[in-house]
Amino acid sequence: MANSLAPLPVLVPLAAAVFLALINKHTARWFADFVSISAVCASGIMSVVLLHRTASAPIVYWFGGWTPRTGIAVGVNFYIDPISAVLAAFISLLALCSLIFSLHYFDSVGNLYHVLMLGFVAGMCGFSSSGDLFNLFVFFELMSISAFALCGYKTEEPSTQQGAINFAVMNTIGGFLALLGIAMFYSRTGALNLAQIGRTLSHQSDALIVSAFVFVMCGFLVKAAVFPFHFWLADAHAVAPTPVCVLFSGIMVQLAVYAVARVYWSAMEGPMSGHQAAITSVLAIAGTITALLGAMMCFAQQHIKRMLAFSTISHTGILVVAFALLKPKALAGAALYVIGHGAAKGALFLVAGILLHRFGSVEESSLYGRGRSMKWTGAVFAFSGLGLAGLIPFGTFAGEHGIDVAAKGTSFWWVKVVFIFAATLTGAAVFRVYARVFLGRGAPNATEELATTSDEARETKGPHDHVPVVMFIPAAVLAVSAIASGCVPGSVAHFRRSASAFSDTVAYQAQVLDGTALQEPPLSEAAEQPLAAAITSTVTTMLAVAVAILALLPRRHRKRLYLERLSRAFSTVRNAHSGKIGDYVVYFSFGVAAIGTVLVFLICRR
Amino acid sequence: MTITTRKRLFVMFGAALLAIFMLAVRELPEFGHYRGPYGDVLNRETVYERHVTDVVSAVNFDWRGIDTLGEESILFLSVVGTIVLLRTGDGETEHKDEQGTTSNDDIPLPSEATRVASLGLVGPLVVFGLYIVTHGHLTPGGGFQGGVVLATAPLLVYVAGDLKTFKRIANHEFVEITEALGIGGYLSSGFLGMVLGSAYLRNVLPLGTTGHLFSGGTILVLNVFTGAAVAAGMVSILYAFLEHTIEVRLRRKG
Amino acid sequence: MSILPYAVAGWLFIIGLYGIVTSRNFIHLVMCLAVLQSSTYVLLLSVGYRVGGGPPVFATAPVGTPAVDPLVHALVLTDIVVEATVVALLLSLAIRIHKNTGNLEPDKIVELRG
Repeated sequence: MANSLAPLPVLVPLAAAVFLALINKHTARWFADFVSISAVCASGIMSVVLLHRTASAPIVYWFGGWTPRTGIAVGVNFYIDPISAVLAAFISLLALCSLIFSLHYFDSVGNLYHVLMLGFVAGMCGFSSSGDLFNLFVFFELMSISAFALCGYKTEEPSTQQGAINFAVMNTIGGFLALLGIAMFYSRTGALNLAQIGRTLSHQSDALIVSAFVFVMCGFLVKAAVFPFHFWLADAHAVAPTPVCVLFSGIMVQLAVYAVARVYWSAMEGPMSGHQAAITSVLAIAGTITALLGAMMCFAQQHIKRMLAFSTISHTGILVVAFALLKPKALAGAALYVIGHGAAKGALFLVAGILLHRFGSVEESSLYGRGRSMKWTGAVFAFSGLGLAGLIPFGTFAGEHGIDVAAKGTSFWWVKVVFIFAATLTGAAVFRVYARVFLGRGAPNATEELATTSDEARETKGPHDHVPVVMFIPAAVLAVSAIASGCVPGSVAHFRRSASAFSDTVAYQAQVLDGTALQEPPLSEAAEQPLAAAITSTVTTMLAVAVAILALLPRRHRKRLYLERLSRAFSTVRNAHSGKIGDYVVYFSFGVAAIGTVLVFLICRR
Repeated sequence: MTITTRKRLFVMFGAALLAIFMLAVRELPEFGHYRGPYGDVLNRETVYERHVTDVVSAVNFDWRGIDTLGEESILFLSVVGTIVLLRTGDGETEHKDEQGTTSNDDIPLPSEATRVASLGLVGPLVVFGLYIVTHGHLTPGGGFQGGVVLATAPLLVYVAGDLKTFKRIANHEFVEITEALGIGGYLSSGFLGMVLGSAYLRNVLPLGTTGHLFSGGTILVLNVFTGAAVAAGMVSILYAFLEHTIEVRLRRKG
Repeated sequence: MSILPYAVAGWLFIIGLYGIVTSRNFIHLVMCLAVLQSSTYVLLLSVGYRVGGGPPVFATAPVGTPAVDPLVHALVLTDIVVEATVVALLLSLAIRIHKNTGNLEPDKIVELRG
């Protein structure tokens, strides 16, 4: 029956991980590859099946058969709706491409790399499906632990440990802050199930509830790398193996925003009704700063993986703004955006991995012109850059358009401007790298290097004289998915329908706690004709190309355009990203204190 | 930022954080007046539903079994991660460690008293650990607690200075297999429920009589698997950390 | 005072953060993280306490005797064991740092910046 499939996308990779660990010493590498790829494929196929089955009504799966008694949830449940199923399927797609990329070239120690990857996939799938607050925390930790170990995988370089320990400490602090919030929710409501917390809270919005929500939200936003909790992400990405970065940037970070949305709409909608303006303002500001800061830092980087990390931060800022609007249409747009961006970002990271394999470097300056022979790889790189810039008909365009439509008429018209800025700069960074590395254009060593990243050791075995097919195919597949996600007919309407069900709190609680079948929500009206949006997106892309060209000009021209002065002024911001964990924790406490004070003050004053 | 600047800044922000927390905590129910329905339902129903007397174990392995599976997976992956991170790389040289080991030479062997006490406790600890693991559904205890107690037995062997035996116990493939089997067994027991038409992790074994050892259905089985996994995991971690020191000391001993 | 246990939990959290901020040694830093973790355990356990309640074990006492909340105990006991292994993972990172660079000061290891 359809219901039995619900826990399997989590259980199958987990079982495969345990199996591989069991036979670790006795198997060949190819068998581990085979098992892990099959497990991930199986998980993906099941998620797609679940996507179809939940199109009309979400599935509520109670573990151990413990259905609610007299309206009290006594067990743990998974809640599978189209949005969580599509996220789980996307996780599998990214994991599949990563695993294929790491076939027989990636230097793996025994089969423990595969065990960690499978555990990571299981954790992420569980995180996207859970309907219980503590269970969400457990899968958050599972996801994090595998990520820490995978990040520190290249044990020989000191920078790896710095990146990994910054990542580990920050995310653990975030996780435990969330657990504090969970304890506070539990104390007030006596429940851990999201639907039940929502129902019990109904409209209480005192300091306890607001603080609990702030703690849970900030804990998850640390993983989502939102300003001022974002500092760890660039360090982690710079040192993690390339296939792992694909998963980090492609979906792990965005899942955290999804979790905040899930907690909000299942539990907090009642208490926060009437205070939505406060939440929207605070989150919109945080998201905007993230988007702008990320975009600027992205453009300033010379290390390709660090640059892509900052561009992830920027695009996740856009996601946070989309969530901040607190509207179903924005949510639908955000879901599409996650897929479009994740696929494009994954392709970009895989190309960076190809460059690392062939030339042993991911520094823009040392790769100058060396990619000239790699026409197709370069094409994939530039193509994905178009995806980042939000060109029609990429998934990012469809997503952004959806967010815009939701923002129309509210006081948040400036969301469009923020997006244009972020898309332009992040796209321009990619185009600049493309021009320097794959075309050999522009002045070499044109910017002074403020960032320090140690030489990246090769993570793959030779021969290094050509682009292996096994590395190119996943990159191409992801690039094509980036554009395909925006072209699926009717996807926007389906996402809108799922999003309106997602944000229907009362129906969610009734379905989970009382077992009432959800009425099939109506298929929403067809998407608005996006002609104006199409024009804007084309203009944005051209702007991105123009900025890239500007960056390639020789030094004397740029001096005349005062660009040098701008980049020097920016150096204070860059130096704030000091790589020191103590600084990051200070920024973290500032962020939580600020968000907490503002929200408690705005919501609880009488 | 210098540490002083950080201190000053953090005092400000930390105070604000603490203030928010205390404001919130004022609205919590008074300490000692737990109100919520969840705990009461569990206390009331467990003995009747599952014929076990330790509600905490029942919560861990039955009512919220999937949480415990998640936690065990975290433990499993931490162990794997520790092993991966501490592995000797290709570029690792021995000479760096030669410098640091002169101090190891000066560490005297443990005294006779330590040796007798440690080795004497190994046997009782193993029995005690097994007791806690298997009686987890009757009295406070269970797989996690018992597993940790079991893991201290090999550690006492190390403390007693018997490095060869410790290495033989801890480096054995048996430990890794036990760990994987522990968590694999947990996963598979969950599938029993699915196979028999119900949900994952449903308690489908016979429930027995309350108060007897063989009661509680899958709770006892899951307890044992968890105990195995936790014990083996802890021993693996201990060995991963101590491996290098042990190698050097054994070599020095000649 | 009825909010003392909660205040202790809050204080532990802040102290753990303070320790991380001012740390000069990675091992010390990871231990401060462990202190931070224990603050959540204190909060969870104090939330579930019931005055006059016995342990939630009904081997000798009949069902219906006042007992404390079993749920938080279940959550905390699994958490403690598991987070010990997480601390082990972080400590192995610290060991790696020492092996590669010879020192353990967070502020001295600055390979990634900007």
